[in-house]
Formats: sequence, structure tokens, C-alpha cells
Amino acid sequence: MASFVQLVVSGLATGAIYALIAVGFTLLWQTSQTINFAQGEFVMLPAFFILASMNLGAPFWLAALIGIALSILVLGLLFKLVIVDPMLKHGVLPLVISTIALSLFLKESAKDFYSSQAQPFPALVPSTDVHVFGAVVSTQSLAVLAVAIATVVALHLLLNKTRLGRCMQATAQNPTLARILGIPVRRMVLYTFLINGALVAIASILISPIYLAKFTNGETLGMAAFLAAIIGGFNQVRGAILGGVILGVLDNLSAAYISSQYRGAFPLLILIAVILLRPQGLLGRIEERTV
Amino acid sequence: MLRSGLYVSLVAAALGVASPAFAQSTPTSVYIPAILELSGPGAVSGTNFRDGMLLAIDEINAKGGILGRKIDTPLLDTQSDASISRAQVQKVLDNKPYVILGPVFSGSVLVDMALTQKAEIPEIVGGEAAAITQKNNPYVFRTSFGQQFSMPKIANYIRDGIKAKTVAVLWVNNDFGKGGRDNFIKEMASRNIKVVADVSTESGQADFSADVVKIKAANADAIFVYTNEEESARFLREAKKQGIKSPLIGETTLLGQKVIDLAEGAADGVRGHVGLTVDAPNPAVKEFAERFKKRFNYVCDHNGIKGYLAVYFIKYVTEKMGKFDSKAFAQTAHGLTITPKQEPGILMEATWDQNGDIDRESFLGEVVNGKQKIVETLPKLGK
Repeated sequence: MASFVQLVVSGLATGAIYALIAVGFTLLWQTSQTINFAQGEFVMLPAFFILASMNLGAPFWLAALIGIALSILVLGLLFKLVIVDPMLKHGVLPLVISTIALSLFLKESAKDFYSSQAQPFPALVPSTDVHVFGAVVSTQSLAVLAVAIATVVALHLLLNKTRLGRCMQATAQNPTLARILGIPVRRMVLYTFLINGALVAIASILISPIYLAKFTNGETLGMAAFLAAIIGGFNQVRGAILGGVILGVLDNLSAAYISSQYRGAFPLLILIAVILLRPQGLLGRIEERTV
Repeated sequence: MLRSGLYVSLVAAALGVASPAFAQSTPTSVYIPAILELSGPGAVSGTNFRDGMLLAIDEINAKGGILGRKIDTPLLDTQSDASISRAQVQKVLDNKPYVILGPVFSGSVLVDMALTQKAEIPEIVGGEAAAITQKNNPYVFRTSFGQQFSMPKIANYIRDGIKAKTVAVLWVNNDFGKGGRDNFIKEMASRNIKVVADVSTESGQADFSADVVKIKAANADAIFVYTNEEESARFLREAKKQGIKSPLIGETTLLGQKVIDLAEGAADGVRGHVGLTVDAPNPAVKEFAERFKKRFNYVCDHNGIKGYLAVYFIKYVTEKMGKFDSKAFAQTAHGLTITPKQEPGILMEATWDQNGDIDRESFLGEVVNGKQKIVETLPKLGK
């Protein structure tokens, strides 16, 4: 029982981070049909912004704020202006290829400009343990979980309880009608890119103490978040959250109780099952396309 | 513009300057390409090997090169991918290299070595998987221990030093980890030590909570950890978090300073066998480590030492032969012993056997207060 609790809490913490990244995926898809294959690298990069700021003498809290600001600017605003806007008019496929190229560029740039070696990254809270039902749960896991939940709740409130959020939702659901109703669609789309910039920076702050800051981190994270988004439902924020949590917990439980050698296969089995039985994802809605 | 570019290319091709073969054809240089993991997951190992190698090349070239010819070493990236590595080897073989340096990943070496054997070109590799030197390939050489040399030393330590009757094994599921795990389990069986847990992990794995739960439940007298450096650090953090009490034993990839730094205190108390380390109680190794740090501004790991030794190994063998002959190189190098007196760049006395494996002194280390401390020097296995 103690082991089970330990595995679930640890899985929830990792899954919550996957969820944050997956939410960014779904936001960009819903508002601008952007499938961002550089999303993993978007999570890798802010850790280096933060480490670089700390190397210049900034304390961790200030470096984290600088990292989030730079992430919003570079991975939100610049990404949209320099890559998405020029490429999207040529269709989804050229944009997808551009994001794949961007992921390679970001990965190799982080390696060349910072280091190929993994770097220790400061944790949000000191490493102490809490005993729950005989299980040892680290305060770091609990802090990760708390911050991730707080971020998701804040995003939920923004999208559902504010005028801005409702305008963004209207843009996502029917941009033409939103435009007729006077909603500044282009600006709403821009906001989702900025939100994605903030989300990946928060995910980076949470995951880097566990993964260590390294230029290759995006490969695993991007794939995990992509799977989470598809399993949960690519067109629903709450689906992405569920998908992330399922992946994190499943990974731990399958490795402990079934096989650690085949742990990588279990998420793919779930993905196949979802595609076969519920193609829109667990919480997604069916989208009809006409020709 | 296009046309003028074409003319330049044609003129260059006519003069032969566009081809790497040009480097080989000039009597002033010798073509020794390096095929390394310069990007992708193996970049840390590859860049360390590269930097150690470059330090040695610059030192040798500054003193006039090998037999009066400067070493010309273009760097080719495998992207940590075995198939790309094979393509790069094929590419350089077309230019008739004298010797090839790298790669470091055992998986890449295992797919490359048939090509170099067929071309009769020696390959000095960084891979440590036992299988590399068990394929009767006379053209492959190592500058670090193969697992069949390091595992008996670790097994002896677990039996005599720890006095363990049961052991748990955690290993990384790649050619390096699988080879190490297979050799380790064989050595345990021959010493009547029972393996009570056998846990495989993935390369690049970040979350070790499930693995540590399994290892902890096995309640072994000792835990043997055989993963790559970053995974080792992540495992150590999780092991500390879950309060693992059994001794953690490993190889260079568990006791290296990089692992200790990344584990941030969780590595204290870890023990094991270290084949190559800049902390070795050896003045020549320490001087090398200082030169490396001064030049590249980071602390060299065992792969950096491998790269450095590889170049001096080539230099010594070539000077002993008095000529550049790839086939004769392989014949001369087998059974050869090089002492620091004969070639200071070799740092420690080393012997290459008929399979291309190296034998030399190694060390037992322990992590104390965030530093690797060498507690015992182990003699060559052949002594």
C-alpha cells in the first residue's frame, strides 16, 4: 500500500507537468490549427534562460520571472510572428514541418550556446520527506503537484470566468462568427501563444529539477505531452489534463507492477485503444469537416 | 552567381582541394578522422572524447606531429545514431584513413566495426560493451576497460569488500547496459552471490520511483547500478528520497564527478570500481586533468581520458613501426605494452591483448562529502 501511494503521488506530479504541456498543445491547435512539434523543446529552453540569468547573478525567484518573461516573448510572441503567421497561410503541413525544424534548431542551439552536459536545476522547495500512510512522499513532488494544479485552475478561471477567456473560446470555436461579433480574433490568437509561452516556462521550472536541465529533454516531454493531448482529446483543455495525469500515473504503475522493460509501450497501447474506441479522445468532441 | 560557384567547385575539384583525400595525399599530414556522438543523447560522452582527443592532437602537432606528419582529424557527427554512425564510417573509408577514432556508443561501434574490419583500417573506440572485442575483429581497439575486465573487479569487491550474499541489479536497456548486466550476472553466479532483483531502465529515463520501489522491496545486501551518468544521478536522488540503506555499488558511470554534482548530495557513500578517473592518484593523470580544464573550462570525465589516450596510442604504435601502415598497425598493437616512460602521453602503463582489449591498473572509489575518493589501487588483471 505504501509503495502504491508513493508511486501514485510521484506519477501524479509528473503527469501534472505533462498536462501543462499538453494544454499548450491543445490551446494552439484550437485557436490557430498549429500542431507544435517543438513543444517539448519549448519546455527545455526556459530552464536555460533561468540558469543563464542565475549565472549573471540573479536569485532563483528573479531568474524564474525573467525565464517566464523571456519564454512569453520568444516562445510566444516571436514564435507566432516569425514562424506561425508566415507559414500557416500555406497550410498545416508546412507549419508542422517548420515546427519540427524549429525543435532541432532549439535543441542544438541550447547545446552549443550553453552546454551538452546536464545541469542541476534548483527545486522550488527544499528536499524533505512527508510520510503518508507509511509511504515516503517528497515535498518536491507535492510542490510540483500544487503549482501545476494552481496553474490549471488559474487557466480554467481565465477561460471560463472572464470576458477575455470567453472571447478566446469563441475564437477557438468559430473564428468567423467571433469576428462578426466584433471579437479581435488575431489578438485572441496571439494571447493563446503568450499563454502557451507562460505554461511551458512553468512546466520547465517544475520538471527541470527532476529531469535536470539538458538540451535533449524536449524529446521525451514533447512526445509525452503529444500522447497526453491525443488520449485526452486534442480539442479540449480538460482532456489534455486528464491525458497527462493518466500517462504519468500509468508509467509508474506499469513499470512497478507489470514490466519496467515495456513501460514505454503502455502509453502507446492506451493511445491505440483510444484511437480505435474513441477517436476524439477521452474527453474530446467529434469535429466534422466538410469538403 | 550559380555559374561562378560552379566554376569555383570545378577548379577546386580539379586541384583536388575539395576532397578530404587531399589531406591524406599530402606528405605533411596523416588523415585520422573521428566519428563521434557530437549531438543527440550521447553528446556528453562524444564531446568529452573529442576534447581529450583534440588536446592530444594539438600537443603532438605542436611538437612536429607523428613521424613528421601533422594529424588531420575532421570531426563527423553520428547524432548518437548507429545507422548514421555507419554511414559516416563508410564515408571516411572512401578517403582511405590511416586509423579511425570513435565512436563512443557501443551500439554504434557494433554496427561500424565490420566495415573497418573489411577495409583493414584500425578503429580506436570508446565503447565498453564486452561484445565489441569478442567478435575476432583484429582491427578494433579500446582505451578503456571492456566489461569483461571491469566486472570481475567489481564482483570481487562485492564478495570480499561488502561480503554480500544477495545483490540487486539496475541497468540501462542499451548495448552498454545489457552487456554490463550480462557480464555482472555471470560473475555473480561464479561467486555464488544470488541476484534477487534484475531491473532494466530506459536510456534517458527521468523518473526512477517505480524502479527504486522494486529494488527496495528486494532487500538485497548490495545494489549494483549500471546506467549512464545522468540516469545514475536521477536514480541516486530517488534512492535517497526512498531511504535505500543497502550499499550502492557501481562503475565509473556511478562515481564520476559529474554524477556526484548532479546528484547533489545523494551520491555520498556510493562505492565502486573506477577504470579511468581524473582523481586517480597519479601525477600524470592529474596534470592532464589540469590541462584539460584550463583548455575547455570543464572537468574531464572518463571519455575525455579515452580520447586523449587513443591519440597517444596511435602515435606510439606508428613511431614504433616507423611507417604509416594501417594493417601493420593492427598487428603491432596486439600484445603491446606501453609504459609512461616510453610514451608520457599514455599516462599509465597499459597492455593491449589479442582482442584489442586494454589492461591496466584501476581503482576502487567512494564518494565522500561530494568528492570521489580513491581508496584502493587495483593491479592489472594480467599481473
